[in-house]
Amino acid sequence: IQCEVCVGEENWVDSRTIYIGHKEPPPGAEAYIPQRYPDNRIVSSKYTFWNFIPKNLFEQFRRIANFYFLVIFLVQLIIDTPTSPVTSGLPLFFVITVTAIKQGYEDWLRHKADCSINECPVDVVQQGKVVRTQSHKLRVGDVVMVREDETFPCDLIFLSSSRHDGTCYVTTASLDGESSHKTYYAVPDTMAFTTEQEVDSLHATIECEQPQPDLYKFVGRINIYKDREEPVARPLGAENLLLRGATLKNTQHIYGTVAIYTGMETKMALNYQSKSQKRSAVEKSMNAFLIVYLCILISKAVINTVLKYAWQWSPDRDEPWYNHRTEIERQRHVVIRAFTDFLAFMVLFNYIIPVSMYVTVEMQKFLGSYFIAWDEEMFDEELGEGAQVNTSDLNEELGQVEYVFTDKTGTLTENNMEFIECCVDGNVYIPHAICNGQILSAASSIDMIDSSPGGYRREHEDLFFRALCLCHTVQVKEEETVDGIKRGIHQGRPTSFYISSSPDEVALVEGMKRLGYTYLRLKDSYMEILNKDDEIERFELLHVLNFDSVRRRMSVIVKSSSGEYLLFCKGADSSIFPRVVSGKVEQVKARVEQNAVEGLRTLCVAYRRLSPSEYEEACHLLTKAKLALQDREQRLAQAYDIIERDFVLLGATAVEDRLQEKAADTIESLHKAGMKVWVLTGDKMETAAATCYASKLFRRSTQILELTKKRTEEQSLHDVLFELSRTVLRQHCFSCSFDCLDFGLIIDGATLSAILKPNQEGSGNYREIFLEICRNCSAVLCCRMAPLQKAQVVKLIKASKEHPITLAIGDGANDVSMILEAHVGIGIMGKEGRQAARNSDYAIPKFKHLKKMLLVHGHYYYIRIAELVQYFFYKVLEEQLVYSTLPLYDTAYLTLYNISFTSLPILLYSLVEQHVTMETLKREPSLYRDIAKNSLLRWPVFLYWTCLGVFDAVVFFFGAYFLFDNTTFTSNGQMFGNWTFGTLVFTVLVFTVTLKLALDTHHWTWINHFVIWGSLLFYVIFSLLWGGIIWPFLNYQRMYYVFMQMLSSGPAWLSIILLITVSLLPDVIKKVLCRAICPTATERAQSNRPCLTVEPSTIFMLSQSSSRMSF
Amino acid sequence: MMASSYNAKDEDGHITVSGPGGGTLKNKKPDNTAFKQQRLPAWQPILTAGTVLPAFFIIGLIFIPIGIGLYVTSNNIKELEIDYTGVDMSSPCFNCSQNFSWNSTRPCTCTIPFYLEQAFESNVFMYYGLSNFYQNHRRYVKSRDDSQLNGDIEALLNPSKECEPYARNENKPIAPCGAIANSMFNDTLELFYIDPNGTKIQIPLMKKGIAWWTDKHVKFRNPGGNNPNLTAVFQGTTKPVNWRKPVYELDTDSENNGFINEDFIVWMRTAALPTFRKLYRIIQKKNSMIPTLPRGNYTLEVVYNYPVGSFEGRKRMILSTISWMGGKNPFLGIAYITVGSICFFLGVVLLIIHHKYGNRNNSADITN
Repeated sequence: IQCEVCVGEENWVDSRTIYIGHKEPPPGAEAYIPQRYPDNRIVSSKYTFWNFIPKNLFEQFRRIANFYFLVIFLVQLIIDTPTSPVTSGLPLFFVITVTAIKQGYEDWLRHKADCSINECPVDVVQQGKVVRTQSHKLRVGDVVMVREDETFPCDLIFLSSSRHDGTCYVTTASLDGESSHKTYYAVPDTMAFTTEQEVDSLHATIECEQPQPDLYKFVGRINIYKDREEPVARPLGAENLLLRGATLKNTQHIYGTVAIYTGMETKMALNYQSKSQKRSAVEKSMNAFLIVYLCILISKAVINTVLKYAWQWSPDRDEPWYNHRTEIERQRHVVIRAFTDFLAFMVLFNYIIPVSMYVTVEMQKFLGSYFIAWDEEMFDEELGEGAQVNTSDLNEELGQVEYVFTDKTGTLTENNMEFIECCVDGNVYIPHAICNGQILSAASSIDMIDSSPGGYRREHEDLFFRALCLCHTVQVKEEETVDGIKRGIHQGRPTSFYISSSPDEVALVEGMKRLGYTYLRLKDSYMEILNKDDEIERFELLHVLNFDSVRRRMSVIVKSSSGEYLLFCKGADSSIFPRVVSGKVEQVKARVEQNAVEGLRTLCVAYRRLSPSEYEEACHLLTKAKLALQDREQRLAQAYDIIERDFVLLGATAVEDRLQEKAADTIESLHKAGMKVWVLTGDKMETAAATCYASKLFRRSTQILELTKKRTEEQSLHDVLFELSRTVLRQHCFSCSFDCLDFGLIIDGATLSAILKPNQEGSGNYREIFLEICRNCSAVLCCRMAPLQKAQVVKLIKASKEHPITLAIGDGANDVSMILEAHVGIGIMGKEGRQAARNSDYAIPKFKHLKKMLLVHGHYYYIRIAELVQYFFYKVLEEQLVYSTLPLYDTAYLTLYNISFTSLPILLYSLVEQHVTMETLKREPSLYRDIAKNSLLRWPVFLYWTCLGVFDAVVFFFGAYFLFDNTTFTSNGQMFGNWTFGTLVFTVLVFTVTLKLALDTHHWTWINHFVIWGSLLFYVIFSLLWGGIIWPFLNYQRMYYVFMQMLSSGPAWLSIILLITVSLLPDVIKKVLCRAICPTATERAQSNRPCLTVEPSTIFMLSQSSSRMSF
Repeated sequence: MMASSYNAKDEDGHITVSGPGGGTLKNKKPDNTAFKQQRLPAWQPILTAGTVLPAFFIIGLIFIPIGIGLYVTSNNIKELEIDYTGVDMSSPCFNCSQNFSWNSTRPCTCTIPFYLEQAFESNVFMYYGLSNFYQNHRRYVKSRDDSQLNGDIEALLNPSKECEPYARNENKPIAPCGAIANSMFNDTLELFYIDPNGTKIQIPLMKKGIAWWTDKHVKFRNPGGNNPNLTAVFQGTTKPVNWRKPVYELDTDSENNGFINEDFIVWMRTAALPTFRKLYRIIQKKNSMIPTLPRGNYTLEVVYNYPVGSFEGRKRMILSTISWMGGKNPFLGIAYITVGSICFFLGVVLLIIHHKYGNRNNSADITN
């Protein structure tokens, strides 16, 4: 063992040594080097009281838009500019303050939460006594006592438990959402400790790796010193590590656990670091538009500067006698003057980059995401949870999805396994009483088909059932009855149930129970089985070779009561058959294939008898691998590979995984909406294909193209690919005339990696051909995929030349990589834990909710944000162009234009607009095609809006110019000045912009009415107020009575009405003509509905209340 | 801005759950309210040819009559414009315009005869007009101190920085300060009617009511409250450089002197466009029987003080009658008629389209 220690010393820096109870090790061991670790304080807050202002400001100004406005503001402060610094300073200040307050408040909440966590009481064992202290005072090496239902205060090594078998049950619901109880094991040498004193007497050090975020991996070693002997080393794994955040259950208390990772180094804290941000396509086009506008801005400023100097060439123009410069200005060099003029123009036109757009978009996304979380249709009664939004940045991306990558198990299917049959050497056994979850009495529930038990067969049958009863990691949870007396299931009472991380295993063990073999419990490393004859058989569990997705099998080594060493293995057929040396392989294989075609999940069972010497060797291999500090995984895999061979095949099982409700309907809708659905699964081809047929991904008419290992073995990959692409392309020519035939592609992991393999002659070519084939297939099934391959597929499609928007949906840990890779990642809150949901952008309870998520919410958010972005550019451009000719408007108007006069209606529009009703969207998925490919934010549309903006601006300015030109507007002969002119144009502007939005609104709720008419009213009231008083704190009174004077003039009213009408006319005409001549599907759907929809909400509510009553 | 904090919120959520007793499943069922489920009752109008049609016809039917009304009214307004800049050699004011100098003490006068073709029946408004004069120049517009004009003593003696370079002269504050005040229009215009006998009758010009009431009574105030001795009030200030007399000598009438001089107030309301006119005097109708200005010969006598030659400007005198819709402005009427006609025409086009395509759409829907 000492030798093993040396092995681990290779990379000493990567591990840490912890002295339990801070006691020095006995002399002879390494020198005691007290290491410094952080205390157990959790700091989730970002700021402290002192650094809040500088740090927050720094973070805010890192955003390019904020920085831009800061620069503009500074320029305004420094040089003499046409607008006062207030116009850009105030909005910026507003935005910064609001964000700072929001972040400050959130941080305060975090501080409070931190405080309550850091101060919660913890029991620490010191000098043989339990001392109560505060959580944040905990240090690495402290020995902690945790009671039932308490949460672990930091990452702990489990030393001993109040349970005699040295186990404890833990729920990690708050860590990964798995509410099932998991068993953890105490270190075997210390599990006998029962009192504080005993624990305190322990003299040991722990070596373990430095903190890392993987919740399910831990490698360490404990060295226990006893009476000056050589220390005893024991391996520590994830099963000895209790994580912070998990809760102790069903165990009175656990004594003596050692803190190893504390505070911010706990795995929980390491896990909540933010993920990389995804950006939506809309945001990309928004930035592109911004760049265009920035170019316009700069060129405008340049042109204006040039024009200005050309115009003022003659000194009389430059400085007429009535308008001299100051001396200081005159002395400036002309280049500096030109430069300041250029800056002044930049400042003058800076409103073209709308600061308020960023705020509005953020608010829209943030608030809008609540509608997803609030959606009752996406609420699942069973789970008690609705949809969950983890990022609000991608709401509109849901409306742009072109490729859907879905996992099969747990996503398309229920992951609610049911044992269907088993076959031993080709004989089929079916439990005929199928009662889900109910445990029947053991007697006479076997229906054997064609069974004539001979000695050999009898033996295989016994071994098969025992194998299934033993080869698993299922735990038995015993239910306590009311009077607190535990009753075993051997009394024939259904008082216990099975818990496992894999539902397959539970189904198998329950199936076995129905076939008469009941797994009772694991007690003191003996597994107890109640066999058909009501006898208890005991097997000593020696080793568990855990399941992993690479090996795709698991094994146990047990010692039977007769002293035989047996290795039982179960796993996927592909991983078992190559290792089988005898048994009725042909019959079993046939049965397995038949079951797979029916869409059942099959597992093969095999065994191997080990001689004592073989066992010793295996044992040695395993221990050696388990003790390794470095590359433990790899070594274990090697060991497993050596041990798991020369099997005797026993039989196979079949478990049904039912389709999720409405999975087929959802897939059909997605197809109709123009999305390509790919199923990526680790399952075998036949099973996966069966599910695909069941879920209507493949239809009977679908021509299946196979690209599997089997085929590529016959022909070369090259030939197969070319043949397929020929088939597809030939069809492509015909498809114009009849498109009844569609293609489905099946590809397996091995072939895929062959296609994607780099450094191969013409590999780029293969990739292209493969993509070409995929493009022409309506559905693709990728089977036998490793988790990383799933992400590769997503990446491949993402990087293809159309750059389609991809969505990945899955429920298990194996889908996380693809969820993170795809543009939009959706997690299903499934049975395989919460990793997928935690890493996703959106989490939904069921696959069927994807339909509403994409077709309704995605569609709405896309429409809303598209209008929001275009509208913002439109209104800013309009204001700009008018403004650029003269400093027409008052500073207050200019400042408030984007902040208050026109911002609320568009924000509200972007939250509640429904151009088509939800029912229509769900009924007609094809409407989704109308918005595909970012169609509402393409350049032509942008150009249309820009032209509209330019047209309106021209109308405003020249209209007002001609109307105002050299004439009197009042009946008392008095003249209006430039401020009246500006106010008139501004009034027209505000009304046009607001009414344009009113024209675009298809869904007028009372809120819309309130906000649209309210903001117009607000403008009028503000103007009246602004002009109604001599404002004492202002040094100019230019707006005094201007608005009232304007309203008192008849022609001003008439001009306003005329200008508004003219500027809205083209848009109305365009809308009407487009709708009449070439209506889109959406527009047709709109005109199909009655003008006033009768809301189904009352009926809905009635049914809701009745359903509640029935509960 | 909120994206970054969104993650933070996430963290927060996790940490609160991880506290003692956390992790229990709560029923997070969303409320079934109309708002949260996005099912608020709503009116859902669609712009189709059918619905827009009547609107177009109605707009057409309303706009065309308004336009005609406006056009007729505008045509009935009589207006006379006389350019007296004196650019031509033949012009009576040629000499004055050429011999201009800022510090000449002797005023230059010129007389322009003109013939009025039509009698002006109602009140006549007399304007002066300037062209190529950029009152809307950014530097110019700002160059004033509203506090000073509002009678603030403090501002009177310390004019705002905005007034530079017209804030101080010879170390004395200028009252009123700024470029606008400094360039105040100071020609004097007088109108004489030459009756058929050849006698020259001066037409009485009224200078009250040419400025906005609110400007005269609220926005502009003399410093020192109601102190009638303006000379004392303006003690310590100096007149604008280009002015011939100080502000307290603009008029003899104390109600129209100092900052509340109406000519001054009118000038201070800067015009929007480089060609503008400002109200100068009102000729009130005295007798309902006689027209205010009968047809016949008139002379305009100008005291030529205001130089415009340096910036190629023009000076005009305008006589105009006024209707309910103000002065002569044919453009508004024409615009109304045009827009009305376009709407009407579009209505007809839409009617055709509606008939042609509307039926097709309906049939298509039925087959769907």
